[in-house]
Amino acid sequence: MTMTEAPQATRRLSTSKAMVEAIAQEMERDPSVFYLGEDVGAYGGIFSSTTGLLDRFGPERIIDTPISETAFIGLGIGAAVEGMRPIVEVMFTDFMGVCLDQLYNHMAKIHFESGGNVKVPMVVTMAAGGGYSDGAQHSQCLWGTFAHLPGMKVVVPSNPADAKGLMTSAIRDDSPVVYIFHKGIMGLAWMAKNPRNVDEVPEGEHVVPLGKANVVRTGSDVTVVTLSLSVHHALDVAEKLAPEGIDVEVLDLRSLVPLDREAILESVGKTGRLVVVDEDYQSFGVSGEVVATITDHDPGMLRVPVKRVAVPDVPIPYAHDLEYAVLPRHDRIEAAIRASV
Amino acid sequence: MTTEAAPQTSTPEDVARPEALTPEVRLKLYETMVLSRTYEEAILREYHADKGPGFDIGKGLVPGEMHLSAGQEPVAAGVCAHLSTDDAVTATHRPHHFAVAHGVDLKKMTAEIFGRETGLGKGRGGHMHLFDPDTHFSCSGIIAEGYPPALGQAFAFKRRGTTDIAVAVTGEGAANQGAFHESLNLAASWKLPVVFVVEDNEWGISVPRSASTAIASNADRAAAYGIPGERVENDVEAVYDAAARAVRRARAGEGPSLLEVHTLRMWGHFEGDAQGYRPELADVNKHDPIPAYEQRLRDEGLLDDDKVDEVKRLCSSAVEDAVTFAKGSAIPDPSTATHYVFA
Repeated sequence: MTMTEAPQATRRLSTSKAMVEAIAQEMERDPSVFYLGEDVGAYGGIFSSTTGLLDRFGPERIIDTPISETAFIGLGIGAAVEGMRPIVEVMFTDFMGVCLDQLYNHMAKIHFESGGNVKVPMVVTMAAGGGYSDGAQHSQCLWGTFAHLPGMKVVVPSNPADAKGLMTSAIRDDSPVVYIFHKGIMGLAWMAKNPRNVDEVPEGEHVVPLGKANVVRTGSDVTVVTLSLSVHHALDVAEKLAPEGIDVEVLDLRSLVPLDREAILESVGKTGRLVVVDEDYQSFGVSGEVVATITDHDPGMLRVPVKRVAVPDVPIPYAHDLEYAVLPRHDRIEAAIRASV
Repeated sequence: MTTEAAPQTSTPEDVARPEALTPEVRLKLYETMVLSRTYEEAILREYHADKGPGFDIGKGLVPGEMHLSAGQEPVAAGVCAHLSTDDAVTATHRPHHFAVAHGVDLKKMTAEIFGRETGLGKGRGGHMHLFDPDTHFSCSGIIAEGYPPALGQAFAFKRRGTTDIAVAVTGEGAANQGAFHESLNLAASWKLPVVFVVEDNEWGISVPRSASTAIASNADRAAAYGIPGERVENDVEAVYDAAARAVRRARAGEGPSLLEVHTLRMWGHFEGDAQGYRPELADVNKHDPIPAYEQRLRDEGLLDDDKVDEVKRLCSSAVEDAVTFAKGSAIPDPSTATHYVFA
C-alpha cells in the first residue's frame, strides 16, 4: 500500500463525512464489509460516523445492535474469522470496560494463538476525547491502553483527508484495527467549531497507509509530536509563535500501532527539542513511549529536557474550568514550547 | 445483502440428515467417547510423566494448566454427531472432547498441546487456545467468552445462505456471566443459527453449583429469551436426541436453542487439583458414562468383546500416533517468539 500520489479532484468535507465516504466506498467495493453498533442505523451514529449509510446500504449491512457490546464485538470477531470484514462501533472509548475481554483476549490474540492460521480482519470504531463537559466516563481517549495491548493496530486521525485514507486502509487490513476518532475533529454542528475540521478531501479511492506519521508543519526549533485533536491545538500555537521567531515543527502520528518511530527520530534529530502533546493520561502511556523512542536510540539527540503536555493522572473533571485545566489546551502547549526553546 | 461466492457448505438436503438412533449411530457415539477418553488418558500420562520431583506445573513436555474432560464425553459426542466440519464449534478451557468429537486433526492438536511448530497454533496457543480453520473449531480460556464469537460465525453462515450452524459451549458457571446472557438475547433477537450448550459438571473449580446459581436448571433461563431450553442427564443418547431438536431448529432458520447437560467432571479442575473440596469424590468413578454405555450396547447385542477390543485398539493407535507425531515435531525457534502478532 502506498500513499495516493496522483493528483485527484478534491472538495471540502467535514471529518465525519470523509470517514463515512471511505466506509461507503469500501462497502461498494467489497460486499463482505458491514457496519454494526449502537444507533448506527436511523440515527447515523451519535457522532455522525454512519450518516446516510442506512439509506444507501439498508439494514442488512448497517445494523443497529442491542446495548450488548460483548455480544456484538464477539459477533464481529466470529464473522471476521469466517471471512467477512465487519466494522463494529463502540460508541465511546470509555465503554471499553464492558467489552474489553472480547477486544484484547479474543480479537487481538486469535491470529497469534493460531500461529497465523486464523485472520481477524475487523475494524472497531470508537469516539474519544473531552472538552465539552461530558464527565469522567465519556471524555477519555484511552488510545494508549489499546496501543499497549498487543495484537491490534490503533489509528488516530486528525483531519478529514486522513480520516478517509486511514479508514480505507483499516478496512482493507487483515489485522484488527481500532479506529479512534476524537469527537472534536468530526466537524459536528453541536460541538465547538475548529477550522481544520472541514478541509480538502480527495474524491475516489484515497489510501493513507498505517504507520506513516505526517509532518503537518515544518520547523527548525522544536518538535511537537502529537495526535488527533491535539494536532490542531499544536498548529494554532505554532502559528501564534511564528512571528516571534519560534519555528515549531508539528508531527501528526496518525497511528500509534504501528508507530512511526523513524519520523520521530528524524524530526527530533533536526530540532534537538521535543514536546509531546497527548490528550490521554500522562503516566505509562503514549507520551512516555515517544520519549523512549528517542532515549532508546540516543539520549544525546536532546539538547534540552523533554516536555510532556498530557492529562495529569486524574479522571476528567466535569466543571468546564476544571476540565480545561487538565486537557492539553493551547496555554499549556505554548508554555511547554516556550520552556523548551 | 449480496455476498461473495459461498465457500463449500452444507446444502438444504443436509438439514434432513439422519437423526434416528440407528445401530450405526449408537456405535459411532460409543467410538467417539472411547476415542476422547483414550486421548485424555494419554494426555494425562504424558502430562504427569515429567513434572517431578514433586509437582511443578511449568515443567515437562506438556507444561502449564491442563483441564481434562473425562466424564464429559457424552456432551461432545451427542452434540457433534449432528455436525459436519462446515459447522462451527467454540469450546471452553476444557476443550479436548469437543475437538475430538468435531474431527479436529489429532496430530496437529497434540502437537499444539506439546507446544510444537507443527501444532494448530505452531505452539503459540496451547491446550486452551486451539484454532482449527479446517473444522471451524476454536476455544477460549475465558469463561462464557466463547459464546460471542459463535454469534458471528452463525451470522456469516446465515448471510451466505447456508444451513451451517455454530455450536457454542460453556460450563454452568458461565451461565452467571454477562456474555452468556448478551449472547442468548442477541442470537434470539436475530434468529441466528446457534446451539448454546452448557456443560453442568456441578463445579466451578471448587464452588458447587448450589452455592453459585439461584435456579436448579440453566435451561430455564432460555425462557427469558423466548427460545427452547432443555436439560438432560449425562446419557449420550439423551444428549443426541436433545441436540437433534436444537440443531434442526437452527438449520431451519428458526433461531437458537439452549441445551444444558448435567454431566460429570471425573478429574480435577486442572491436573494437580487435589479436590479436597469435593465430598463425593470416592463415588465419581461409579458414574463414569462410558462403561455404562458400553454395557448397554452389549446388553442390546451391538457390542461384544471383539468389537470393544477393536474400538479400543483403533483409538489407542490413533492417539499414540498423535503423541508420537507431537514428540517428534520441532520445538519453535525462540527467535520467532514475536511472530504472528499481525497478519
